Amino acid sequence: MPFAPSSQKTGLNGWLFRALMLVPGGLLGCGLIVFSLGLLVFLSLRHNDGSLLGVGLTLDNFVTLAQDPLYARVAGRSLVIAGLVTAATVLTAYPVAYFLAFHAGRYRAIILFLVTLPFWTSYLLRVFAWKIVLAYNGVLNSFLTGTGILSSPSLAFLNTPAAVVVTLAHAYAPFAILPIFTALESMPRSLFEAAADLGAPPFATFRRVVLPYSIKGVLAAVTVVFIPTVGDYVTPALVGGPNSIMIGSLIQVQFGRANDWPFGAALSVAVMVLIAFVIGLLRQADRRGEKAA
Amino acid sequence: MKTLLPFYKKPLSPGVGLGVYVGLYLFFLYLPVCLIPLFSFNDSIQAAFPLKGFTLNWYRALLHNDGVRRALLTSLEVGSVSAFLATLCGLTLAYARVFMRSRLTTLLSGLCQLPLLIPGVIVGIAMLIVVNVIGVGPSRVALVCGHMLVGLPTTFMILHGRLAGLSRSIPEAAQDLGAREWTTFARIILPLAIPALGSAFMLAFLTSFDEFIIAFFLTGSEPTLPVYIWGQLRFPRSLPLVMALGSLILAVSIVIAAASEFIRRRGKMTERQA
Repeated sequence: MPFAPSSQKTGLNGWLFRALMLVPGGLLGCGLIVFSLGLLVFLSLRHNDGSLLGVGLTLDNFVTLAQDPLYARVAGRSLVIAGLVTAATVLTAYPVAYFLAFHAGRYRAIILFLVTLPFWTSYLLRVFAWKIVLAYNGVLNSFLTGTGILSSPSLAFLNTPAAVVVTLAHAYAPFAILPIFTALESMPRSLFEAAADLGAPPFATFRRVVLPYSIKGVLAAVTVVFIPTVGDYVTPALVGGPNSIMIGSLIQVQFGRANDWPFGAALSVAVMVLIAFVIGLLRQADRRGEKAA
Repeated sequence: MKTLLPFYKKPLSPGVGLGVYVGLYLFFLYLPVCLIPLFSFNDSIQAAFPLKGFTLNWYRALLHNDGVRRALLTSLEVGSVSAFLATLCGLTLAYARVFMRSRLTTLLSGLCQLPLLIPGVIVGIAMLIVVNVIGVGPSRVALVCGHMLVGLPTTFMILHGRLAGLSRSIPEAAQDLGAREWTTFARIILPLAIPALGSAFMLAFLTSFDEFIIAFFLTGSEPTLPVYIWGQLRFPRSLPLVMALGSLILAVSIVIAAASEFIRRRGKMTERQA
């Protein structure tokens, strides 16, 4: 059955059509993805001898990664920053998704449009906006000195890890709403009535009924925010300063100033393994949640 | 007696508080971005309060800036070609996923979503390695390839949603009447997918037009607009110019995103009528 979708017999013409149909997506899309990732893994196992292809594989890059404490520290910082950003984003997005699913009424379409719109505007510009807010002679400082709250502009806003967390959380804020909203929207409304009939107070209804129902959406939201933030290099570069170097910044440097592509490839492979690990944890949490429910 | 009230009346009271929260959320969501257009009209080289007075000088300077014009042309070209390719790949993969179910098509539709699970910096350097190995190097071709991959998950999801929502009886009826699969595709499926195709193309174009993280690695001697902006950020003097350019980019993005949403909604309405 899976190979014969319709009642029609597939003749030579049909097979030709189907083969042609798979060419653009299969070769151009998926082929390129597989090829580039394969090449990345291959390069991570090479010495930095100036040529991309060549013989002689080595694990040296990964040994350096494991031995130099700098990389563990930067990876740890990236995880903490991305974790904080994800937590802030999901916690602030949840009530919005809840409102959209159950209370928005005729405003639902317009609010949904407004929260997805930033998704389609330039990420660089959204980060840049924070730079002009936090800068020494920027918006926040000129506002605070102008109103007399501060006597002189403060340097404490820009070039801190906190600036990175705030900027990233703001830039990725709307990403979390949609998956949670989708999960909540699919919840049968009758569950509210059932909970009320059984005498559950509103908070218990939320904790025991709504939250478990939406946990899949929450985990999806965690994934879509965590992955791009953990590898980000633009925000640390624009608002982070030297104490906010993230793992993405290190990768970028290997393909620029440091000019050690194989090591950069090894760093990338390590990040992908890290992400796969986190996704695995989330999957497991999801499964355990399902069993408990 | 509470339970006797109709459902829609019950959760009204928490709804008001939540509504206020959502209002504040939207306010803070848009506040920083709104500063860019605000300061682009400000007659000062610094982005600070109080405002110094209204001017259109920064926009006038944009018009006469050759670098901006070249970057715009590069962005438009890369955006439309990569969006076309991403839409083509998305359409064929979605068609294969819906109408030619097999283990291969399941695998392919999973693979094409992979760019969502990989941070942009890694997609960028992976493509950089590819274009260097095949000898193209950072160039428009490289940018097109990279942006096609980033756009692919979006176009696939939109088109898959549309094709999967079609009634199976439509292609079956065509085939019962003797239409070949190719004819069914060209005369039945494709026309029904046109709103989704338009929407997917626009969003893929926007993704490319606004994309910086990958373009930074793949841009050759001709920067796209976001890469051009990044280069200008080093010079405090060009801050107003960047803000004028940024405002225009934001305006274009909003118009295209709204148009895409409009087309998608209209498509949904005709679906209901059909």
